[in-house]
Amino acid sequence: MKEKEIIFTDSSKLITESLVRAGADVFIGYPITPANLLYAYGERRFPIFFAAPDEITTLQWMSGFAVTGHLPVTATSFPGYALMIESVNMAYMMELPMVIVLIQRLGPATGTATCGAQGDLNVVNGTLSGGYPLPCLSMSTVSDCWELPQKALQMAADLRTPVVLLSSKEEVMTYRSIDMGALAEIQPVKRKAFSVKEPYLPYAPAENLVPEFRPVTQDEHQVRITASTHDQTGIIQNTTPAALGNTARLARKIRKNLDHYLYYDYDRQEGAKTLLITYGITTQAAIDAIRDYRESGKKASLLVMKTLLPVHSKYYEICNDYDHIIIAEENLEGELRKIMFGQADSPRVSGVNKIGQMIEPGEIIKALEDHE
Amino acid sequence: MSNIFINDQGLPFCKGCGHSTIANNTEKALAKLGLKPLDVILVTDIGCHGIIDKSFNTHTVHGLHGRSVALGAGISAGITNPDKKVIVFIGDGGATIGMQHIIDAAHNGYNMTVVIHNNMLYGMTGGQPSEYTPMGFKTPTKQAGSTKFSYDICKIVAAAGGTYVRRVMGIGDFSDALSEAFGRPGFSLVEVMEICPSYGVKSNPEMKLSKVVENAGLATEVIADLPAKHYVTDRREALPSLFSPSDVIPAQAGTRLQAETSTHGELRIMMCGSAGEGVQVAAELLARAGIRAGLQVTKKGSYPVTVGVGFSAAEVILSPEAINYTGTVTPDYMIITSRDGLDFGKKAAGRMKSGKIYLDESLESPVTGAEIIRFPFREKTGARNASFMGVFYFLHDTNLLPVEVMVNSFNENKISKKVSADQFLQLLSA
Repeated sequence: MKEKEIIFTDSSKLITESLVRAGADVFIGYPITPANLLYAYGERRFPIFFAAPDEITTLQWMSGFAVTGHLPVTATSFPGYALMIESVNMAYMMELPMVIVLIQRLGPATGTATCGAQGDLNVVNGTLSGGYPLPCLSMSTVSDCWELPQKALQMAADLRTPVVLLSSKEEVMTYRSIDMGALAEIQPVKRKAFSVKEPYLPYAPAENLVPEFRPVTQDEHQVRITASTHDQTGIIQNTTPAALGNTARLARKIRKNLDHYLYYDYDRQEGAKTLLITYGITTQAAIDAIRDYRESGKKASLLVMKTLLPVHSKYYEICNDYDHIIIAEENLEGELRKIMFGQADSPRVSGVNKIGQMIEPGEIIKALEDHE
Repeated sequence: MSNIFINDQGLPFCKGCGHSTIANNTEKALAKLGLKPLDVILVTDIGCHGIIDKSFNTHTVHGLHGRSVALGAGISAGITNPDKKVIVFIGDGGATIGMQHIIDAAHNGYNMTVVIHNNMLYGMTGGQPSEYTPMGFKTPTKQAGSTKFSYDICKIVAAAGGTYVRRVMGIGDFSDALSEAFGRPGFSLVEVMEICPSYGVKSNPEMKLSKVVENAGLATEVIADLPAKHYVTDRREALPSLFSPSDVIPAQAGTRLQAETSTHGELRIMMCGSAGEGVQVAAELLARAGIRAGLQVTKKGSYPVTVGVGFSAAEVILSPEAINYTGTVTPDYMIITSRDGLDFGKKAAGRMKSGKIYLDESLESPVTGAEIIRFPFREKTGARNASFMGVFYFLHDTNLLPVEVMVNSFNENKISKKVSADQFLQLLSA
């Protein structure tokens, strides 16, 4: 058996190293707690590091780098993300690849910078005007913090879109003993080679609905990039059918390809009538809760969602096998619960929710018992 | 002579608009420099000027209101070929909302030229005044005239470090000014003064552009002309991994933890002290000692945002099995070494029905079901070392880990250069 290589590290370091090994080459940072470890590691590790004067500039610089062929990354928390939102819309419309690591903390507003939370899923889900799906992957375990950053970057590059990589304070700042030798090798992201087609149209979609990327650094083809409603030429078109079709394609390309980026852990127990769903930092408590609950002779299944947005139909297929669904998340009103099951109360779906503190395994067990 | 950079679609602006004059002068200026269309990346802002993209044969990038200079700066920083030219077209509205980006780009010296189309109002939205509308200049929404002074952006940019900064009247041929700016490595800016034919002329029929500019105290001249210098993006190749083989912590000795722990073998130790008194380092060394003893460990810290003052607390979990949940539950042990630490840790102490609390002798006992063990940590080793003493004392008392692993863990840290582990061990044996 291979000798263990135990190190003691926080997950911010895993995320940063994974992104760089995957091929992310630019980190633009603006300081904000609790994302500062990522900033510090980014400065040490990324080939290009820029300290931005604010978060709007951060996203604009990232977009500029993406236009020239780079794969940029930033890390922020809600107050910074809020400032980025218009520019995320821009990058989405321009179809620029980038990864935004969003470390959740207690809000609203400045809230408590040093307290974790899972309070930003609604914001991410509502980032884009028009309700277009912005991909969001959520890390739940140490191995996720190593493997999902690469997958987020691959998704961003493949689909030419910003991808939000969601985490929270406790996940990225807690130190853990981990076996480096047991971590998977991180493969560099492969970017699709450009296949020459004449005439070149910047937003002509390939079969997977994603246009082929050409940087503005080359001088073979004229590139037109725009955040305004445009057709395949990349020129403002008002609301012509061709332009509206192009805009609608932005949603269609994400949904069409989502199967390739569907990540979840499903711990199914035969005969269980209750499904516990969770994501992110609450996963740790959910794993302990399910273990203890089962040890007491009771049955429940656990679904840990990692591809959070857009919500994949597979999750509903899984839900259909259960009488009761409990969603545990560290926010007040159940953000994932309402995104998945709507605003109306349902006897079938309930939540375990809390603010200001991590949800405890005992609180989840109590909710499971309430459904017996 | 036919155009190289402007195509044959014609320009999209109102009759008499200075924006067309700027486009035509840009064509001339680029031709003078011998550039090819795809050497140029034209970044445009939001406003009337921003619909120019379709008329240019260059690469075109059209972004958000006011952010084009930051977007252009990112493009400039991402380009490795210095022969490529980034030109940003922006209006006075965009230069109002995005002024910080202009100052920042000038300050950093990104290789780019900004051309401000200053027609002294927001044309696309109905003629509202911008921060560049001169005092007294009338706009449809300010019929009595602007009551504020306008910005002199050229002076601001010159102060920020722009290498070539110039204001020109947007009339006739000013292509020499533009070619000078386009050809200058570094950050250059040309502010072109115009009157919007739809809103500015109608609101101020008696005023001539030259008079408006003169009254505003805006000099149409070269404001900065410095030797060329520009920002070069630092591209660092082959930086070392954040993880190195020397990070690996060797397993050293078998644990004695097994029998002592509660459910699923997890043992939770909470350390509470004051900022600057080594709480976080001591907790980390305890955690590393746990790894040496073959255990799984986690450690997290709590402290106010002002990290140099107030309480400092850390939670360490030791377990022979994988640790999932790291949130606060009732600790099995607490080490409290200061007043701040006691105030912070009282709640957790109150939850303890068993276990032990190692408390500095100077402090009153918290309400708790745990056994309280007092020791003069602060008095014996000084406040700065009280946390280390606390950890050694805890291990000595509980015998949960072999004390050698803690000594090795301690000696690995730079703190051992200031204070010796022997000091703590001697105090324990006394």
